[in-house]
Amino acid sequence: MSTLLDVRNVNKRFATGGLMGRRVVDAVQDANLTLSSDKPEIFTIIGESGSGKTTLARMILGLELPTSGEISFAGKTVSHRVGRQERLEFMAKVQPVFQNPFEAFNPLKRVDRYLESTAKRFLKLKSRDDLDGAMDGALQKVGLSLAEVRGRYPHEMSGGQLQRAAIARALIPNPPLLVADEPVSMVDASLRMSIVNLLKSLRDDLGVSVIYITHDLATAYYISNRLIIMQRGRIVEMGDARTVLDNPEHPYSRLLKASVLSTEDAGDGKLATDPAMVELANELVRRPGRLVDRPDGRMVRTYDRV
Amino acid sequence: MTQDLLKVDGLKAYYQMNYFGVTREVRAVDDITMTIRKNEVYGIAGESSSGKTSFIKVLAAAIRPPLRIVAGSVKYDFKSGPIDVATASPAEIEAVRWRRLSYIMQGSMSVLNPLRRIGKTFEDFAMRPLGLTGEAYRARILNHLERLKLPADVLRAYPHELSGGMRQRVTIGLATVCHPEFVIADEPTTALDVVVQKEVLGLIREIQQDMGSSVIFVTHDMSVHANMADRVGIIYAGRLVEEGPTREMFFAPKHPYTAHLVASLPRIGDTTQRPALEGRPPNLADPPKGCRFHPRCPLAVDKCRTEVPPLETVGKDHRTACWRWQDVQPLVSPHAAHGVMA
Repeated sequence: MSTLLDVRNVNKRFATGGLMGRRVVDAVQDANLTLSSDKPEIFTIIGESGSGKTTLARMILGLELPTSGEISFAGKTVSHRVGRQERLEFMAKVQPVFQNPFEAFNPLKRVDRYLESTAKRFLKLKSRDDLDGAMDGALQKVGLSLAEVRGRYPHEMSGGQLQRAAIARALIPNPPLLVADEPVSMVDASLRMSIVNLLKSLRDDLGVSVIYITHDLATAYYISNRLIIMQRGRIVEMGDARTVLDNPEHPYSRLLKASVLSTEDAGDGKLATDPAMVELANELVRRPGRLVDRPDGRMVRTYDRV
Repeated sequence: MTQDLLKVDGLKAYYQMNYFGVTREVRAVDDITMTIRKNEVYGIAGESSSGKTSFIKVLAAAIRPPLRIVAGSVKYDFKSGPIDVATASPAEIEAVRWRRLSYIMQGSMSVLNPLRRIGKTFEDFAMRPLGLTGEAYRARILNHLERLKLPADVLRAYPHELSGGMRQRVTIGLATVCHPEFVIADEPTTALDVVVQKEVLGLIREIQQDMGSSVIFVTHDMSVHANMADRVGIIYAGRLVEEGPTREMFFAPKHPYTAHLVASLPRIGDTTQRPALEGRPPNLADPPKGCRFHPRCPLAVDKCRTEVPPLETVGKDHRTACWRWQDVQPLVSPHAAHGVMA
């Protein structure tokens, strides 16, 4: 089994303030995960804001360096402090998809120009026909076509189309890994499923692995193979998506699941969360604990009694 | 006994622009008729550019050119007397604003002035409408904060010192401190995490029941409506396409768009393929003829392309605008997934 991505004992600490009133924030603490290149999968990182999920993604993309620990992609350490050539090679293999497509694209620039410059840079294509072919190929994969996109500005497309175009752009260099940071949270309800289904088909039909970052447990359950749940920088539960979400073990995972609004009892107006649950989950934030393997293949953070 | 608090009748509000002699008209709200009763939560669902924001701008009497009311009326029946937003003078609207009619806004960070302490912001918003000063004012504010489960020292804090959930509770507090009869909540929980979202929703519901006011709750997240609303109305391309009691909307929708919205919700414990609706929301400057949903509708027939379906009553409190409403199948059970979307 060859390793695609290996995240080993990664920590990230941010410092704020100057000499006086200096504070440190441990955004990610002791994260470990591996993705194999043999079997494409959707690996989900679930967490609330401030849980460190975006920091972890930025480190995987090489936009931030870990304070300690190592992230390696296909055997090479991920870092932005490398030569241009090496960095471009890495970028061709790991591509990001961002949260809000309207912010990811410059409103004054036509969408096809993004696709074109990506094709020029990573595929080293020169001729008009080659470029068009590469752009159209990537757009076809996401259910669009070059004819639809050519010459249009971001405001002329719907959020769903634009997010697909963003995914098409990421697919141009045929990367084995996409890092999608909340790709559906800014997309309208009627278009959301088309993006989620698209990620699923990328995995099933094109063999692209996806790191899917979200706070939405329902879509995570729907598409992911494995997932980790993060609470304030710590991984509290990790394992097969169905195993974990059907029956979460860590108090924080349980709290998250209990907070998902269900439509089963629509109209009953049930909105109470058990306060003891919230308290327990909050109390565990301060304690380090350790990840323990469970017989069903998942890992759960457990705490020694005090 | 239920009474109507708000009656919207044949409301049309368009954006009318005239640049360099070229007139452009965007029909953001096109012939909406609905009523909202006292003491109920009415959920409005619709995607971006469906006209739902324009609609609530009209309800909130925050109409600024180029948005204009072209036809229809928006009548409130407040305790202080009836008022029609379409014809009321600025002074009349000023008299009810915040005291009777208030608004919970979306981004709590952009509502609160980052350079003013929360207490000062409360003074700005609440002191004049409440008409209280000194101790009486202070007691009222503290009492209200307690109800929102906020500690009294938030008044001394700056917005950036509070967490997202607390800030959103502060904006709810600002909107409800005068005990308004009608509250408009515009996506108050979209930016929040799941745990905090549930807490804030619970709080809005609690305050609403406490004060006995009506809340119009706008969001495109159907799972929020499922838990909040007594009735749900669906807006598509500037029109109300269906409204009904929450339960019926989820289990027996009578419009293909509603059926789709409900069916596309992923649920934990269910990994069956979810249908996605193709196409894009229509451009309101040039809406499709006939039923505006027909280009994306799996049930569309020739009639839908030419004639606009009226809003028919199909059950108690349940109205839909679809020529083929009898053929709409609920898509909730996975086995029925082929019914409508095939």
